[in-house]
Amino acid sequence: MSIDTVSDAISSPKTSQPFAELGLKKDEYESIREILGRRPTSSELAMYSVMWSEHCSYKSSKVHLRQFGTKVPKNDSMLVGIGENAGVVDIGQGWAVTFKVESHNHPSYVEPYQGAATGIGGIVRDIISMGARPVAVMDPLRFGDPENPDTRRVLTGIVSGIGGYGNCLGLPNIGGEIVFDSSYQGNPLVNALCVGTMKHEDIHLAKASGVGNAVILYGARTGGDGIGGVSVLASETFDADGPAKRPSVQVGDPFMEKLLIECTLEVLHAGLVEGIQDLGGAGISCATSELASNGEGGMHVWLDRVLLRDSTLSPEEILMSESQERMCAVVEPAKIDAFMAVCKKWDVEAVVIGEVNNSGRLTVEWHGQEIVNVPPRSVAHDGPVYERPYARPDWMDVRQSSGPENLVRPKSADEVKQTWLTMTGTPNLASKSWVTSQYDRYVMGNTVLAQPEDSGMIRVDEKTGLGIAVSTDCNARFAALDPYKGAQLALAESYRNVAVTGAKPLAVTNCLNFGSPEDPAVMWQFEQAVTGLADACLEMGTPVTGGNVSFYNQTGEVAIHPTPVIGVLGVIQDVDRRTPMAWQRDGEIVYVLGTTRDELAGSEWAHAIHKHLGGLPPALDLQAEMTLAEILVAGSRNELFAAAHDVSEGGIAQTIAEMAMRSGVGVRLEVPAGLEAFTFLWSESATRAVVVVPQDRNDEFLALCESKSFPVTKIGVVDALSKSVELAGVFGESISMDIDELRTISEETLPRLFG
Amino acid sequence: MTPRVGVITFPGSLDDKDAARAVRLAGGESVSLWHADADLHSVDAVVLPGGFSYGDYLRCGAIAKFAPVMGKLVDAANGGLPVLGICNGFQVLTESHLLPGALTRNDHLHFICRDQKLRIENNSSMWTSNYEIGQEILIPLKNGEGGYVADEKTLDELEGEGRVIARYLEINPNGSRREIAGITNARGNVVGIMPHPEHAVEKLTGPTTDGLRFFTSLLTSLVNNGKVSA
Repeated sequence: MSIDTVSDAISSPKTSQPFAELGLKKDEYESIREILGRRPTSSELAMYSVMWSEHCSYKSSKVHLRQFGTKVPKNDSMLVGIGENAGVVDIGQGWAVTFKVESHNHPSYVEPYQGAATGIGGIVRDIISMGARPVAVMDPLRFGDPENPDTRRVLTGIVSGIGGYGNCLGLPNIGGEIVFDSSYQGNPLVNALCVGTMKHEDIHLAKASGVGNAVILYGARTGGDGIGGVSVLASETFDADGPAKRPSVQVGDPFMEKLLIECTLEVLHAGLVEGIQDLGGAGISCATSELASNGEGGMHVWLDRVLLRDSTLSPEEILMSESQERMCAVVEPAKIDAFMAVCKKWDVEAVVIGEVNNSGRLTVEWHGQEIVNVPPRSVAHDGPVYERPYARPDWMDVRQSSGPENLVRPKSADEVKQTWLTMTGTPNLASKSWVTSQYDRYVMGNTVLAQPEDSGMIRVDEKTGLGIAVSTDCNARFAALDPYKGAQLALAESYRNVAVTGAKPLAVTNCLNFGSPEDPAVMWQFEQAVTGLADACLEMGTPVTGGNVSFYNQTGEVAIHPTPVIGVLGVIQDVDRRTPMAWQRDGEIVYVLGTTRDELAGSEWAHAIHKHLGGLPPALDLQAEMTLAEILVAGSRNELFAAAHDVSEGGIAQTIAEMAMRSGVGVRLEVPAGLEAFTFLWSESATRAVVVVPQDRNDEFLALCESKSFPVTKIGVVDALSKSVELAGVFGESISMDIDELRTISEETLPRLFG
Repeated sequence: MTPRVGVITFPGSLDDKDAARAVRLAGGESVSLWHADADLHSVDAVVLPGGFSYGDYLRCGAIAKFAPVMGKLVDAANGGLPVLGICNGFQVLTESHLLPGALTRNDHLHFICRDQKLRIENNSSMWTSNYEIGQEILIPLKNGEGGYVADEKTLDELEGEGRVIARYLEINPNGSRREIAGITNARGNVVGIMPHPEHAVEKLTGPTTDGLRFFTSLLTSLVNNGKVSA
């Protein structure tokens, strides 16, 4: 096997190199030569090619993402900001929370089970590398047309992968989203969110400090999985005997990940670690260059010490391998034995592969020969930055001007009832329990709320009842109509979902899923969405703590709807005071908080009944959204609510149906004066919630709304004698729907499609 | 003296902290036992928790059977030590031949997590003495391989000797023979149950608190047997 060493690179400057096959542009290759003052070795070329990829370098998005760092709201709760593996937020009582969402879209389309499984694995390692114990996961998912046969392949594989990996890991799955839209047909979105908790003193960062400290690689052995394009190098540079074509999707082992969690938390809590980094995209290349770049600036690695699953791997492949369940720790020499003892206890293999130095260089040797000698910052942080052209496409005019005004609406009480029954069973509004019942929501014993509640809620401290709530949301149709406003509406919905359960919204994470950044129209959508989100976060006082960008969700010319998935984290002082979504007792009074306008553009009704997308998304008043949240949180704290539920996709009809199905107890409602039944039921005006108030708290509740000057409308009462939803004032008549019938319709859709 | 109840953690155990919490809420003292321990630290009873011991490689519970602590546990159980195996713990008990039969892949081939109604069929075991016979309880179920199977003769024996401790009601969630959710050995000290009583011990986090009585039953049994004082 011939090795391309640094001295080879110096002595043979003219050797042609397959940079284009590795995804590097000509000018990017030239700037690598300029940085090094010579041609890169094949190992160096491999490192740069992966670290300068869109996925690792954010080269197209960086110039826009800077807004999250400049438009930072005054907020005392940020302990660690953007740029680390995940942001850290103070939730009081000495506790801190870290949370982050990441995409695993492309691998999940190629190989749904492993793609989704390793998506969870990767985000969990991000959380443990901050020093936190992971306490919950959530999965925002997007699929193509539910009737398309390929959707079945993708969905069932992804759901099995999330369950197979997450259940074995012992993390409760407390929520997420499942949305169908044909724009995702060739590009399903698999986003994975993990949240972890820790005491303030346990926060750890990824940096290699302390000259002479050891760099330890531990966890699973390094194999040939996830290498992808780098096999070009292997086949070009090496004998044809070795296995050249390798799978580019990684394979996960959740049992190893569980051991890695326990082992990592034990070495961190024992004070055995100076710096720590998970291995995800770009594997050892990423971990060593980032650790060195964030620390003293130098590191030497003996690459031949890496424990392998496949002894035929070339050094380039070892540097690039994305084998799962691996971590890298920086450890003082005196603590190596203690570190190794913990690894042994958990049956985790570990080996010292490098040493921190102050050379300012990342050097890698392979059996005594130097194969990498680079400034680590140039690999990890100083990649190319693009100012991609962006422009509002002309077709936006057509899209925004063809609103839903002329769509046929139900014209009689019977048609309203029929529409309600139909909407209850559409794939986007139907019960997701066929999916969520394949996930463990009980493990760890701290799950206070899980799907289908508005947000997932976890008890953090058993003694005090301190807890957190998390929700993820995005109506991508709104973003397609107006990406700036759409991103803000996604934030508002997620913020509201957290507040509805009684938690105070505190911080934001995001996963920005878009088409190709090389298309100016897509780049415009991206720029608009980021700006909208940054502006809204500034106004609402909720900082962005981190996130992820996924570009190239596009097949040919057709991009997905811009899908900025927004996660909001909230804190609740006593989880006992949480507000559930189901009403409970006879006589409880049902109110709508907020104003219902005739806003149907981008609504589920327009989509499901008419396959229509056009017009302008609902108006949004961020100040009103904050006031609504104040009422919801105060009402929860003062125990004014028997129940509360957000109004979003499917409008008030869907909100009421979900509350009734969850409760099993009937309700008598009347369309408020001044509204048409249709608008009342299916408009998706923002900044609304349905709240249910016990009679003896009614005066206090109304006084609270009045003190905030917030609109509130009584719409009915809970009726324990009835098992149906009754609505009066529908074209002068009353309609009645049996709750069991609604439930049957809601629950049979997904099993019919995918069971 | 407070009864000391050991909870064994194997690599891959997941519900060990939940089992320990249930022991504490019932009034016992939980003692962490490690799979590599050479002895049982003089505990008065042991819980084998849910999870995926050793990644469920080979077969669920098959590798855990060979853990160092299990040799001692099998001897102690045969000597009368109360042992409760929940979910993966139940699988470990059948693999260790402390209980008959086996747990197989759910008949619908999916992992399932749901609030499951059960009927208590036996209240003479050490872990079910505080229930009424015929009592209906609702506790979480979550498994991928929870289908209880045994040959007809064994099933007839279990029924004849009153050793079925709980049966699934309304739906059979995993294809278990004769709707069996849990069984006991003849002596009544070793119990295996597929659903999770330890996840139904607090109103805040469980669907009910119906599971708590498994743990209070144990404490009552220990007191009645004179193992510990009231």
